[in-house]
Amino acid sequence: MPLGWDEPVDLERDPAPVPDPAEVEVPDALRASISAAMQRYPERRSAVLPALAAAQKVHGWCSPEAIHQVAAVMQVTPAYLSSVATFYDMLRTEPLGERYVYVCTSVACHLLNARAVYEAIAEEARDQELEGVEVRNFECLGACDMAPMASIDGRYVGPLSEDDAHELVAALKEGREVLPGRGLPDEGFELPWAQHGPQSPIPTHEGPQSPIPEGEAP
Amino acid sequence: MSELKNLTANYDEPNLHTMEVYERLGGYRSARKAVLDMPQEEVLSQLEASGLRGRGGAGFSMAKKAGFMPEGTMEKYLCCNADESEPGAFKDRVLMQRNPHQLIEGCIIGAIAAGATRAFIFIRGEYETQAKILDAAVIEAYEKGYLGVGIFGSQTVLELVVHRGQGAYICGEESALLDGLEGNRGNPRLKPPFPANQGLYQGPTLINNVETLCNAPAIIEHGPEWFAAMGVDKSTGTKMVSVSGNVQRPGNFEVELGIPVREIIYGLAGGPPEGRDLKCFFPGGSSAPVLTKEHLDLPFTYEAMAEAGSMLGTASIIVVDDSQPIVPLALNLAGFYRHESCGKCVPCREGTVWTVRMLERIDEGDATPMDLEIMAEVQTNIIGNCLCVLGDSMAMPIGSMIKHFRQEFEEHIEAARAARDREHIPAFSAGELAAAVEAGPA
Repeated sequence: MPLGWDEPVDLERDPAPVPDPAEVEVPDALRASISAAMQRYPERRSAVLPALAAAQKVHGWCSPEAIHQVAAVMQVTPAYLSSVATFYDMLRTEPLGERYVYVCTSVACHLLNARAVYEAIAEEARDQELEGVEVRNFECLGACDMAPMASIDGRYVGPLSEDDAHELVAALKEGREVLPGRGLPDEGFELPWAQHGPQSPIPTHEGPQSPIPEGEAP
Repeated sequence: MSELKNLTANYDEPNLHTMEVYERLGGYRSARKAVLDMPQEEVLSQLEASGLRGRGGAGFSMAKKAGFMPEGTMEKYLCCNADESEPGAFKDRVLMQRNPHQLIEGCIIGAIAAGATRAFIFIRGEYETQAKILDAAVIEAYEKGYLGVGIFGSQTVLELVVHRGQGAYICGEESALLDGLEGNRGNPRLKPPFPANQGLYQGPTLINNVETLCNAPAIIEHGPEWFAAMGVDKSTGTKMVSVSGNVQRPGNFEVELGIPVREIIYGLAGGPPEGRDLKCFFPGGSSAPVLTKEHLDLPFTYEAMAEAGSMLGTASIIVVDDSQPIVPLALNLAGFYRHESCGKCVPCREGTVWTVRMLERIDEGDATPMDLEIMAEVQTNIIGNCLCVLGDSMAMPIGSMIKHFRQEFEEHIEAARAARDREHIPAFSAGELAAAVEAGPA
């Protein structure tokens, strides 16, 4: 269960104050990246999402320590930052791994067997004892043309089948590129149906014709 | 009729995403013209005359929306909604990946129309590849002096920031997007006040979809008449259509509005796989009520889809073939909205959870046909009762599925009950039964 909604609150304890920047040690690169983000917006609070994402890159998740560091640089309360971190799916509130595999299981992928693909990948990850990688099903990733698909640290691969699960997990485990040539930004990447020949004839309507509203026919 | 390439005209050009190639093909001419030679009113009136409607789902006139921005010297903002998260939609991904400068040029023209001096592109965090491409393009535009202070050598100021979301469907809703941009949880706001009056940092804000803004440069270049000549009636111009699901060639196609739906599904996308037939389709992303075979010959326009009881929405057609049972589809759909409900309004937060539970009961054999009535009633209690339309976006397609496929739902209920009963009630053979009766109560 993620931290946040379901955590009992200690009502006796005072809320954590805004940390004193002088007392909190923050890695230099992280501090620089948060400060730069704050300068890009008219209001520094707008930098919360980029700042948490940067801290997550350093710590692997939005740990209490990571939140404390961001709070010190941004001068906001840790509670405010955890409220934001628990809302967004890409911000981890548990140490699940520094890399991720999001397998899309929303409608378009669902129609093309995504659930089985996800379960196969999750099972392979258990069998091969994959560590440091968050494997989860995810809501629509916006790549329904390559369904069923998954995002591996932001690189979209697809279309996938259950047979790809073993190689996908093995490549992640060995630090190799996952399914080379089958990722969205890959050189020469093409969907399998891109080279289909002439288009098939359009079947005409069988059964009663529905009327096209008058004046709107093209 | 087939594809009509306008937004995607130069997509075969290698390295289109670089400033050099984009400018060689006439890029940034429109933005230069809008900044240097056109007063704000003229930009607005050209957009108005083109009839360009918002491509993000609601289909509201872009010029009218920009016209709502108040006059005065306060800081105004332009936000480009690139948080494309609607299941079935993947057009903005391609537009940004292939031609990022087109969007930046659109943002410049949009900012002129809105009188904005700061622009933001709110891109979903999952689009890491596209965000990097946009980042690089923005840097190029700053170096050229097309963004920043005194753009194109004028007095105009325009700062542009690419802001990454972190995975929340609700941030595609315009007021939740503003909250995400301000560094908060993405919760929709009460409207009115509308963002045009009180949006980002409480200032007037114009929010437009990626595709809407991408259309602006060509309208300024070729004139509004050219744009309005495409399409039909009040659905002018071309539209990116994303086709996915059970079709042979899923992908993005740019078509003239008004093309028959059949041409898109069967002609461009190849129709359902060999040997299967179309069962239903979502014409505008997963939020749009499903339509069936009888609607295939309707023209693909905002009006015709609305008249058929659905909507054009993001123009993302998800095709479902006859091998797909309806209950797991409904369950998947409801599960998506349950996950993505931000939890602010009770009807949506509770309604999505209850719908999922009732669908699970149907699937597990614990439901009766009466549950369909209750489920339909839950949907009517969600619609129109929340700050945003996320709840409606589940309620409408689920309601339409019950309407079109009630018989299948009922059969599923019966079959699941029978299966459950077989599991839980041990079957006796006739002989065993007779023996049990003979023995009397134990």
